[in-house]
Amino acid sequence: MIKFDAKIPEGPLTEKWSIHKRSVKLVNPANKTKLDIILVGTGLAGAAAASSLGELGYNVKAFCFQDTPRRAHSVAAQGGINAAKNYRNDGDSVYRLFYDVIKGGDFRAREANVYRAAEVSNQTIDQLVAAGVPFAREYSGYLDNRSFGGVQVSRTFYAKGQTGQQCLLGAYSGMMRQVAKGKVTMYSRRDMLDLVVIDGKARGIITRNLVTGEIERHAGHCVVLATGGYGTIYYLSTLAVGSNVSAAWAAHKKGALFANPSFIQIHPTSIPQLNDYQAKLTLMSESLRNDGRIWVPKKKGDARAANDIPEDERDYYLERRYPAFGNLVPRDVASRAAKERCDAGYGVGKTGLSVYLDFKDAIKKQGKKAIENKYGNLFELYYKITGDNPYEVPMRIYPAGHYTMGGLWVDYNLMTTIEGLYAIGEANFSDHGANRLGAGSLMQCSGEGYFILPVTIGDYLADEIKTPRISTDHPEFEKAEKEVKEKIDKLMAINGKQTPTTFHKRLGKIMWDYCGMARNEKGLQKAMIMVQELEEEFWKDLKVSDSAKELNQELEKAGHVVDFFGIAKLMIQDALNRKESCGAHFREESQTPDGEAKRIHSEYSYVAIWEYLGEDKPHTLHKEPLVFENVELKERSYK
Amino acid sequence: MNITLEIWRQKDAKSKGKFVIYKLNDVSEEMSFLEMLDFLNNTLISKGESPVAFDHDCREGICGSCGLYINGWAHGPAHLTTTCELRMTKFKDGDKITIEPWRSKAFPVIKDLIVDRSVFDKIMQAGGFISANSGAAPEANSIPIPKDNADAAFDAAVCIGCGACVAACKNSSAMLFVSAKISQFALLPQGKTEAKERARKMVAKMDEVGFGNCTNTGSCETRCPKGLKLTHIAKMNREFITAKIVAEKST
Ligand SMILES: Cc1cc2nc3c(=O)[nH]c(=O)nc-3n(C[C@H](O)[C@H](O)[C@H](O)COP(=O)(O)OP(=O)(O)OC[C@H]3O[C@@H](n4cnc5c(N)ncnc54)[C@H](O)[C@@H]3O)c2cc1C
Ligand code: SF4
Ligand code: FES
Repeated sequence: MIKFDAKIPEGPLTEKWSIHKRSVKLVNPANKTKLDIILVGTGLAGAAAASSLGELGYNVKAFCFQDTPRRAHSVAAQGGINAAKNYRNDGDSVYRLFYDVIKGGDFRAREANVYRAAEVSNQTIDQLVAAGVPFAREYSGYLDNRSFGGVQVSRTFYAKGQTGQQCLLGAYSGMMRQVAKGKVTMYSRRDMLDLVVIDGKARGIITRNLVTGEIERHAGHCVVLATGGYGTIYYLSTLAVGSNVSAAWAAHKKGALFANPSFIQIHPTSIPQLNDYQAKLTLMSESLRNDGRIWVPKKKGDARAANDIPEDERDYYLERRYPAFGNLVPRDVASRAAKERCDAGYGVGKTGLSVYLDFKDAIKKQGKKAIENKYGNLFELYYKITGDNPYEVPMRIYPAGHYTMGGLWVDYNLMTTIEGLYAIGEANFSDHGANRLGAGSLMQCSGEGYFILPVTIGDYLADEIKTPRISTDHPEFEKAEKEVKEKIDKLMAINGKQTPTTFHKRLGKIMWDYCGMARNEKGLQKAMIMVQELEEEFWKDLKVSDSAKELNQELEKAGHVVDFFGIAKLMIQDALNRKESCGAHFREESQTPDGEAKRIHSEYSYVAIWEYLGEDKPHTLHKEPLVFENVELKERSYK
Repeated sequence: MNITLEIWRQKDAKSKGKFVIYKLNDVSEEMSFLEMLDFLNNTLISKGESPVAFDHDCREGICGSCGLYINGWAHGPAHLTTTCELRMTKFKDGDKITIEPWRSKAFPVIKDLIVDRSVFDKIMQAGGFISANSGAAPEANSIPIPKDNADAAFDAAVCIGCGACVAACKNSSAMLFVSAKISQFALLPQGKTEAKERARKMVAKMDEVGFGNCTNTGSCETRCPKGLKLTHIAKMNREFITAKIVAEKST
């Protein structure tokens, strides 16, 4: 059985990080240059880590599957990044940010990690501004803030609707500086296929060079995964289409426990699916909910055009159900409410699977110019995709898979259960419990990359200074490479009829229907069988064209789909186990009489941590109890 | 709709490429351009043929991965639109569509429609950053930045590194890409200190890696999907010229 220990430092919550920083071991500058760090993933978390670790003097070998780090999925984040600066004097503080994240996560996150994330958030904004990130400013020249996603203070920093892009480019440019200095070596167009563990310690990775097809070995004193989330499990999601779980899954199979895999956030405001060929869903930032009003017709199946439906025949269902928060209820609540209306037959659009997001009143009150200033680029994006002009007709939106709160289990040092293997950013489970608040991920990714990992990694590497450079000739490298090659050969040899994408779509549909916005025992059990059957079919009827010895996008996809099957089964097992509703995880069996989620704190106040026991074997469950000493447990109510 | 596609096929960097004609039926208006290519690839695979390789990831115009030369236009006929944002509504039944990779000496073809744009990273490494070590940053609001400057810096910062500017330019100049970064940082007090040095180094690298000279034809600006402006080039020229003078004085 794999052991885990969260290693939360002693002391009061507000002091833990300071105490920890005082007590971790340090590596002297001369020794840092002898230590190699493998860093897989160069999105916001990875790029921030690469620049900090390079500056410290470590040798970083960084990997990504795109042609350059600047394209990582982090570019897609629109709305903003949180920090507890309290520039608005509206009562914000580190504690309040911490509290909001804990409460938003429905009391399923670890207090100490979340408090630290809130604590470093201010320094992160300082760092990003210094790196040249052009955040929005007021006429005074000071930074502007807005309120975002279900909180009542304005603490979100933003750069129009392109905050993620601007933050990533800031971190990326810092990273490029370290590449120039020779401290970071960038390996682009590489797919990590396996983790190499030697004597219980993570020592390297096996990658496929996506241009040549070559299988490569890379060694280091430790390995960091910053490989992002796996919302693409649903096939259609708001994520970049290349996003995958493979790197995390490879680590999992080698002994890194996986936490809360079924906690996936469904974002309420995405452009609905338009056709069957569609490859992804495009998010409309939830900042739109600050001014847009969500509604459906009061009459079932009302076929009139939106603008022909008079005011008193519209059901502003969020305002009706949640008068205190109205259109600004958290994502999970907004998503389920949309599903509820559509399932009941009130949905709009051709498929009946969408609701209106209407700016008519906002435009009337504030003027078109003001709305354009705030959302111009989002309106344009919407127009480009749908052909509808949101200044004139309401947008149509529907929920979509968006963010994985679940991920590799990590301790306070961000180390997984494999010694020397770290996970940062969306790839870990650490901060968002059962539901992530808007603008919280960029905060976590940059905080962990810039400021937390560089401290905690030293504590481990201090004991590695005597370990000579790791050789890729070690039998464990040999073995891992052989397995990877065999797996590729196996995929190439099936020679069936269906493409990897066909299987991915079919898998995604099962997961969306039964392990998406709402889950129940019968559905989950059925889904498990369906996934197993589909997986069997995959291994009999997959078709991968061309050869493995060249650029082969079909093979890349096939490899990722194999791992999606693995995580799908684990998600279902996790969702079956958690018989409560909490955050994004809504078990239909556990709801209040008026249809709200019912958390069962007495039984499920733990992190569900899963151990891999082998292909075709169910995972074993471990529990990390969650103790709340600094917040009062409350029912999440937005009424 | 039924369309005819003329697509550049090239097995790898070393092989010679050629155009291949494909007839594609039942294309829906609702598809995006890349979904149309997905659809083509599906039919190719089911016939046992090799699918067309092309770069893409976000599919919403923000990552800069995609980039095809469509009917002689970088990113196709629509304005302020990346290839992935292009919709099939822009085309009609019976159309013939020619699809090529970016053509530039600095962007060698890797396979089919995929090119190697890693020289952009090299230019960034030469100076496309502000040298601010983690931890050394002052409090974010300690340096107010006039809103106009901040907004202008943002406008320059939205470049997605797609390379359309280079592909559209008869000289294969990367001036728009480079100048945008130089302008962004030069407009911010944080980036001012290194502005001249940065301009000098980035431009030198740009010349070194094989991009052509800018002769102000302006085609970059018309094809840039993010609306970057030639005024950035003007700004860069200023930074660069003063940088040169300073450098000459000191030698
Ligand atoms: C549309 C959208 C909008 C969002 N808006 C916001 C927002 O406003 N605010 C907010 O805080 N959060 C937002 N989020 C969430 C946030 O953007 C992400 O959680 C965050 O950017 C993830 O960053 P990351 O560094 O962990 O991973 P990513 O940016 O996803 O990077 C992953 C990296 O890992 C690499 N990689 C992955 N797999 C492999 C492999 N097998 N081999 C090699 N390399 C690999 C990739 O190449 C990439 O470099 C949004 C998310 C979406 C989808
Ligand atoms: S300047 Fe425009 S065209 Fe050139 S790389 Fe940037 S976004 Fe693309
Ligand atoms: S795929 Fe990202 S910009 Fe087109």
